[in-house]
Amino acid sequence: MKTGTNQEHGNQSRYNRLYPKGRKANALAAGSAAPDFTLKSTPDQSVSLSEFKGQRVVLAFYPADWSPVCGDQMTLYNEILPEFQKLGAELLGISVDGVWCHAAFARHRKLHFPLLSDFEPKGAIARTYRVYRDGDGVSERALFVLDREGIIHWSYVSPIGVNPGAAGILAALEDLQKKEREVTA
Amino acid sequence: MKRDIFSATEPEQLAMPVSRRDHIQGPANAPLTLLEYGDFECPVCGMAYAVVKTLQQNLRHRLRFVFRHFPMTNVHPHAEHAAEAAEAAGARGAFWEMHDLLFENQEALEDEDLLEYAAALGLDTSAVLAEIEAGAYAGRLREDFMSGVRSGVNGTPTFFINGLRYEGSFDAESLMGALVETAEPEI
Repeated sequence: MKTGTNQEHGNQSRYNRLYPKGRKANALAAGSAAPDFTLKSTPDQSVSLSEFKGQRVVLAFYPADWSPVCGDQMTLYNEILPEFQKLGAELLGISVDGVWCHAAFARHRKLHFPLLSDFEPKGAIARTYRVYRDGDGVSERALFVLDREGIIHWSYVSPIGVNPGAAGILAALEDLQKKEREVTA
Repeated sequence: MKRDIFSATEPEQLAMPVSRRDHIQGPANAPLTLLEYGDFECPVCGMAYAVVKTLQQNLRHRLRFVFRHFPMTNVHPHAEHAAEAAEAAGARGAFWEMHDLLFENQEALEDEDLLEYAAALGLDTSAVLAEIEAGAYAGRLREDFMSGVRSGVNGTPTFFINGLRYEGSFDAESLMGALVETAEPEI
């Protein structure tokens, strides 16, 4: 592994080979209500989106656990958790991987936020957010920032092999905070 | 891309300009500034370290190099203390000497190793240890890290040339090409 964005470009072409069927995703856009879901976070625990009513939520759909470390999106977000929390947001990672796979991945990367398993029926929740790649069997690398009412404030679909970072998420959360302050002022 | 609607900071641009707070090698008026977000325990950063040395030798006074911390502390358990050690050395005028020692000894970054490097640089090891253990520079490290996140940094190393994100590979030839192109866009 010798490259930076070239690493990204290399990564992107690898992902293109792995997941060749994806078309341009038409992800749910700002202003839509975020569809509720209940997904397993561990073999014996489930998480429902409706539990987070009143809080801001970041949904990070990603294609699969175990991408290389130095550029891994979930590993990066794990480091930024305190900032998300300061902005009143909970982070949920979602992929089609099974609960045992998520458990091993989370332990290996020391992740401190839930990874949800969109496993059965496979990709059902990704489909409701319109970020499932039919034929590839995985979701897009897609971000949704939800306000306290569960309305999508911002969404973004990254090229599947490119870690989008967190600048967009932070900007969206700050925008929400600013709007709320304007309303209460 | 919807990201643009929040374009207070374009992701490809450096969100926090280089200033006196930074660790800087090379003249302030150099036409080229190469800035790295790096992690002392990241193997790819270790490879990039040698590349940066080559660039500095080739470009000399035409290049200013800036290093900011981007430690991935959950997957690189020694990265945070290594960064603290670099800052502790920096507070005593030896940031770059420590920076070099850390990258040249990436396989040995336990606290006792860090103190050995501090001793080799003639620093007060008990004071350095106390600072590392107290996380004396945690605020500074976090400021570096978050300035990277705001600039769209998504992993290490990430380079910026004159404030714009470098998109190529990390070998000396590619980086040199990008630097020369920035300095002489017409040629």
